[in-house]
Parts: sequence; C-alpha cells; structure tokens
Amino acid sequence: MSDTTAFQHRHLLSVEDLSKRDVELILETARSMKDISRRDVKKVPALRGKSVMNCFFEASTRTRTSFEIAAKRLSADIVNFAPTQSALTKGESIIDTVRTLYAMQPDMLIVRHHGSGIPLRIAQTLPNVSVVNAGDGMHEHPTQALLDLFTMQEVKGKIKNLRVTLLGDIAHSRVARSNMLLLTKMGARVVVHGPRTLLPYDVEQYGVTVAASVEDAIAEADVIMCLRVQQERLHAFAFPSTREYARYFGLSAARLRATKPDAIVMHPGPVNRGVEIAPEVADGERAVILQQVENGIAVRMAILFLLAGRDTKETV
Amino acid sequence: MTTSLFIFGATVIDPARRVEGHWNLFVQNGRVAEWTKSKTPPAGARSIDASGLVLTPGWIDMHVHLREPGEEHKEDIVSGARAAAAGGFTSIVAMANTTPTNDNAAVTRFIIDRASHAAVRVYTVGALSKNLAGETLADIGDMAAAGAVAISDDGHNVDNALLMRRALEYARGFHLPVLTHCEESCLCAGTVMHEGAVSTRLGLRGRPSTSEEVIIRRDMALLRDTGGHLHVQHISSALGVAAVRDARAAKLPVTTEVAPHHLFLTDEALAKYDPVFRVNPPLRTAADGAALRAGLRDGTIDVIATDHAPHAITDKHDLPIEQASAGTVGLECALPLCLRLVEEKTLTLAKLIAMVTCNPARILKLPAGTLNIGDVADITLFDPTIAWQIDANKFFSKSRNCMFAGWKVRGQVRYTIVGGNIVHDAHEVTR
Amino acid sequence: MTRARAVPIEKVLMTAQQLARAIHTMARQIAGTCHAEATPLLIVGIHTRGVWLAKRLVERLSGQGVACELGTLDINLYRDDLSEVAHQPVVRRSELPLTLSGRAVVLVDDVLFTGRTARAALDALIDYGRPHYVRFAVLIDRGMRELPIQPDIVGRAVATEPRHNVKVQLVESDGKDQVVLQELR
Repeated sequence: MSDTTAFQHRHLLSVEDLSKRDVELILETARSMKDISRRDVKKVPALRGKSVMNCFFEASTRTRTSFEIAAKRLSADIVNFAPTQSALTKGESIIDTVRTLYAMQPDMLIVRHHGSGIPLRIAQTLPNVSVVNAGDGMHEHPTQALLDLFTMQEVKGKIKNLRVTLLGDIAHSRVARSNMLLLTKMGARVVVHGPRTLLPYDVEQYGVTVAASVEDAIAEADVIMCLRVQQERLHAFAFPSTREYARYFGLSAARLRATKPDAIVMHPGPVNRGVEIAPEVADGERAVILQQVENGIAVRMAILFLLAGRDTKETV
Repeated sequence: MTTSLFIFGATVIDPARRVEGHWNLFVQNGRVAEWTKSKTPPAGARSIDASGLVLTPGWIDMHVHLREPGEEHKEDIVSGARAAAAGGFTSIVAMANTTPTNDNAAVTRFIIDRASHAAVRVYTVGALSKNLAGETLADIGDMAAAGAVAISDDGHNVDNALLMRRALEYARGFHLPVLTHCEESCLCAGTVMHEGAVSTRLGLRGRPSTSEEVIIRRDMALLRDTGGHLHVQHISSALGVAAVRDARAAKLPVTTEVAPHHLFLTDEALAKYDPVFRVNPPLRTAADGAALRAGLRDGTIDVIATDHAPHAITDKHDLPIEQASAGTVGLECALPLCLRLVEEKTLTLAKLIAMVTCNPARILKLPAGTLNIGDVADITLFDPTIAWQIDANKFFSKSRNCMFAGWKVRGQVRYTIVGGNIVHDAHEVTR
Repeated sequence: MTRARAVPIEKVLMTAQQLARAIHTMARQIAGTCHAEATPLLIVGIHTRGVWLAKRLVERLSGQGVACELGTLDINLYRDDLSEVAHQPVVRRSELPLTLSGRAVVLVDDVLFTGRTARAALDALIDYGRPHYVRFAVLIDRGMRELPIQPDIVGRAVATEPRHNVKVQLVESDGKDQVVLQELR
C-alpha cells in the first residue's frame, strides 16, 4: 500500500474541482488535525515559514477567525487584510488591490468577496500563490461544505445514500451550492425546499430533488441543514415577512419532532434565531452547530496543509 | 482630391438592385458613374484590381456608441469612424448616451460637426427622453431639424408606457423611427447575465428572456394605437423573435436588428467570470441563438448591427463582473463574423449584404445602401477567403474590450471607400 | 526528486528467523534498561512499519512480565522536508495518551538513517507533554547520519552507501518477514 499520494491542486476555488479521492484525503487529514486541536499543545510546525494572508473583502468574523486559528495551529504566519467597505468603492480595481497584496509575497491567499468568481480571477492573475475561496458571492464556499461533510461523517458514519435536506434560501446561498455539489459527488441523496422565490433556476441540475413542503423535505432526512435567510442578498419581494418565513419554512420544534429520532440539525451560521430555525432547536441536543465550528478549524488546517505541500505542477 | 476610380474584377453584390455578378465600376466625382463589363479603365482613373474580392454598397452599422462628447478616453468620433472604416463600414449611426446626453440640437450639431473630420459618414440618433431619464420628452423636433435620423434611449429601457406612447406619436410627426432597448427595468435590476442554468451554476444574478419580451409586446401594443415606426434594437432571445414575428403577422410597422455576439456566443462564455462577456441584453442560450438564426432566415430580423460599445480597462477588465460596464467593441470584427452566417448557410451572401446595406438604409431613410448610377460611391470591398486572427491590440478603436479577441476568422476588408475616397486600405495599414 | 528506474539488485540482510531473533534481543535490552515507575512503559511505533515492530515488542515484553502499552505516532506534520518530497504523505492519526508527562517512552522505528524522522518524532512527542525520558529503538541502523541522533537499542547495525536502500519487510504490511539491501545502479 502506497504511503504517499499527491494532492494535485494549487488552489481550492470550487468543490467542482475536487475528485472523490481528493475529498477523502481532505477528510482523513482533517481527522488528524482535529486530534492536534484536542491536545494541550494545539500546534504543529508543518507550515512554519509559510505566510498566509486573509483577504476578506466581505465582512466575516467567524470564517476569518477560523482560518486564522487554522493557520496558526500549523505554525504559519498569518496576516489579516480586511479593507473596509468604503475603501473599495465602486470602480476600484480588484486586480490592482490584489497585486498590491501580492507584492508582499504571501504563499497563500484566503479570499472572501461579495462578487462571484473573484477568487478564480485572482488565481488566474497571480502566479505562485495558492488561493483558497472562503466564499465568493453566491457561488461557492468550499471549506464550509467540507466541514459540513466532515461533521456528517463524524456523526453518521457513511455518506453514501445519506439523506440530507437543505432548507431555505437556496438561490442566494453559496453554502447551498457547495453542499449540493459535494454531497451529490459523494453519493448522498439531497432534497431541497424553500419559498419558490428562493429556489434557483434549474436547481435540479445539481441532481437534487425539490420537496413540496418542509414536512415532506425533512420526513426521511438523516441530516437537516438550515440555511440563513440572507437579508443582504435578498431580491426584493422574496417573501412577505420573516414572520411568514418562520411559520411556513422555518424548522420549528414541532416540525423537528416529526423527523427521524436520530436526524441531526446543522447550520452554517450565523443563526437567525426564530427565522429559519427555532431557538430551542438551534440550542437543542439534535443540533451539531458547535461541532461544525470546531470541525471548521480542523478542515481548514487540512486544506492549508495539503495546498502547502502540493505537487506543484498544476496551473489554473 | 476625388480621384476617379476604376474597380475591376470584383464580384458585385447589391441586393437593392438585385445584382449579383461580375461588374466593373467607374467612380467619378465621388459618385457611381458607370457599371460596365469592359475591362478598359477610363482615362485618368486610378485602377483597382479587385479580382477575388466582393464589392458591395458601403456597409452601414446602425448601432454604435462613439462616446463623444464626454468619454473620449474610451472612443471619440474620429477614432470610432476610423475603426468603422477598418471594419468595412461607410456609415455608422451613433447613439445618444453621451455626456452630456444628445437630447438637444446643440449636442446633435456638435456631433455632426465633429463628424466632418471623420473617415466615414456619422449619423446621429437623438435621445427619446431628456437626459435618458425617462421622464420627459427630449427636443425631438429640434434634433430632427439638426439632422438626427431616429430617436432612442438606448442603454435604458423606457419604463413609462405613457411616455413611450407619446414618443411614438410625436416622433411619427417628424418621420423618425423610434429605436428601443427592450429590457424591463425591475426584472433586470441587479442582474449581470441571462437567467438560466448557467447563472445558477455560477452564482450570478440573471435576467430572464421575459424581460425583453415583455417590453417588445408592450411597445407593439402601443404601436397599434399610435402608428409610426418601432425598431427593436439588439434582439437577443427566442421569445423576443417570436414577439416580433407576431407583430409582423399583425402588420405592425416593426423592424429589428441583431448583434453578432448574440449569434455567436452563449451564456456559457461567462464561465470564467470574464467581464468582457457582460452585455445588455445578455448572451443567452444556444436555443436562443438558433431562434435568432431562424429570424434571420425568415426575414423577421432585418438588420445586423454591432452595438459597438467601447470601454476602458478600468471600467471592464479590472472590475468584478457585477460592477463592470456592459458591452463589446464590434466594428472591426463584424465582417468575418457576418460571413460566417453565410458559411453556415444561415443566410445567402446576398441576404447578408442586405442586412448591412439596403435594409438599415431603408429603416433610417439614409441616402445609402445601394449603388445606382448617380449615388454616392460608398463601397465596401472585401476578400472572403483571407484567414486571420482577431487581435484587439491592433484595433483602430481606442478600446480593447472585444468578446471575439483571439478568434480565428475568415474574410477581411480590403478597401473601404466613402464618396469615392479610399478611407481604409488593408495593405497600407501600419498600427 | 527523480531517480533512474533501474532494476535494483537485492541482497537479503536478515531472514525471518534472524529478524525474530533481533526483535527478541531488542525486547530483552528494553526490559533491562528501560524502567518505568507508576505507569506502564510506553512503546511508541513510528508509522508505518515502526508500528508493527512496536506491537511485536509489546507482545514480547508483556510475555516477559513487563508492564507496557502501545502507542503510534505519525510524524508527517513535523517533517522538515515537506516542500521537497515529490508526493505528499498522507497524514495518519497518532494514538497516544492525552498527555505524555512523566511517562517513560521508547520510540520504535524500522530503519535509522539520516536521523530526521527521529528528530521529527521527538518534536511531536514533546508536543504531547514532557516525558520522563525517551529511548530510541531501531531494528536496523544503517549509519550516514545528518543529525546528532543515536539509537539506544539496535537490532543490527549495517554499513551502507548512498546508493543503497534498506527495506524492512514485515508480514503485516509486506506479506513476509525479511530485511533486504537494495543496490541502485
């Protein structure tokens, strides 16, 4: 049995780029990383001397902190570049900003941006840097999907034929897109539901089923993932009020009682308590939300480690 | 300065006169003097050996943006005209979304005056509403008197149905067609591409074809009441073509144009989020492309026009696609793309030439589009066989935002002649 | 890191019998020199073949009445040559007690060569706590050290050249027990 394998990717931009083997490797590496994170000395020298730059053009404390902790636990040097919204007024060149960062010679850029496709364009522009997509517009959030998958595997064992339901604003959710891509790639059976105004055109292209109601969607689910109703990305007129949303599309305690007793509840955070998920459900024993957060650090450590040690042949 | 020309050996295509064959042309004093089979050049005439070339009336692009006044860093009337000449066009029609807007006679006269220095003929379209704001009518009568050939709020949809109705009525009184940019504003707000499977996959907001159809049908209904002439610009969708077809069946005075990018590219072009492919209306699906071709074949679509839209790098390439300006330059790559339509048998060569000569001339009542004896000698001569690669860095246009950059194409302009003067000679080009 | 893929010449250094005897000797040496007080002796095998060897040592030692425990250690997060290896190693899990503070530890590996693996293993162990002591046991010491690392317990020492490769084969991973010397041309 070969002791080594090659992680061929220079970047992590999209779940679409990963093979099943890549995903399995990431999860296996993340398991070791989680062990590290539970020791007293939560640190290994693997990325010592590497410089990582957090480029969060879109505000986020949780994901940015998660990446920061991950980098530090690998002994990498990490710098946070977080321009205020006013610094990037309409018309300022994203390419220009990134070239300035590049002049500081980072080994890795972790990029979150409100524009879909920006991490890809950055990766195309800058040579010799690894780019990690920490969320681009409505497009993808690959590390979130990977940590969600890791959590599901941790609790449920196998992914193949696992029944996963995504509830909520699918149309505007990069978490939904990455999860749909990743779960179907790994053989899970995905069901989606939300207000019809928040289902994207041709969502079936992801190989998912659209349920007719929340009850139908969660009846046979092993995993129920509630998506945040994205206030800042909403179309006009998506639904009349959060009250109506909660009543007809939210995961209430009553709805949860009608699911399989071992079904777990997930949420990418931050949680709109009382809107997409009832507070007692979010805090309840079936919810693994905090586990997701812990696993986020382990998965991100795995990603950084694998990218840093990659076979350097690949270009975008 | 006007030398006489004797152009011999070409295949002549002049759809307005139903001519298709070998004819030699004698041009004198800037006008068509004689068509002859004789190979003997008249005395004093400069001979042009056009063997292997196709000779047509000068091509007309009835939809360009010249950016002057106001955004001369992107293009100006002189550079845009030079680009047009390189593309084989002898007449171009400039839209009104300049800064200041061409919504009054002073700006119209300014443009016409600047155009006297231009290599090709530049016609102006006046705005439909003041400042393109869609609130009050622009000085349509004054602009007509100053020489405008049509009115249009191109770049913007006319949201107010009453204003649209009044514009149709008022323009009719001045014998001006109304050119419309049909995209329902609310359905399109915040969107950057076509709404479809691709926009979902890319995580970009899309606008449905319905946003085009809804306005075309609204305007058709208004036209029924007002009469006049409605010309739908840059039609992009199967639903749009179907609407115009219904209008024709109902005998409404509607014409329409299509741009090469809607024929040769689909929404898949945006897979790498390159802003060069952002355009309004957006690139749609292969099915829409097929419907546009059917529209060309059955005559629903009358004109091919480039919607030449120059933009600086700072407005396009450097920005995220959500913030990038929309549009592509098109003057210098239109000809080979048009010829591709003949190659793929969507159109015969004669039908294609009509789309860029007599049809736009008829719609805008331009003194162009055919080469009768006595007509001004606006002539396009091209070699349909030359293979070349589109290189935006070699454009005469000031801007480089070209969706077709790098394409390998066939067919190239050899001479562009305006009023008997050669304004573009492919063999003399040093850029 | 490319090497000419010539067919290597193989010479058997140790047969299965000789290997078993060497392990027996190592176990006796461990029992004789490594004493543990309150807690059992911790025999930690370095992935991959060090683990199988450590298991066998634990069996022997237990048979001799020595209180001992098995641990496993993956050192891939502590290597100093990550950017130089052609392929990325798979990171395996380490199975160790939550803390090593005060424990008597014997690190076990199959072959000691440059010493870099042992250095990485020491760094890793120390991040699990402060052991009482660490002894180092190897089946084969092939010399050619690049760091000042010396084993405490050796199965057999062999003089080698850079063109040699020493392969320890074990039933658990390779189907048979033997040690071969490969000569690459």
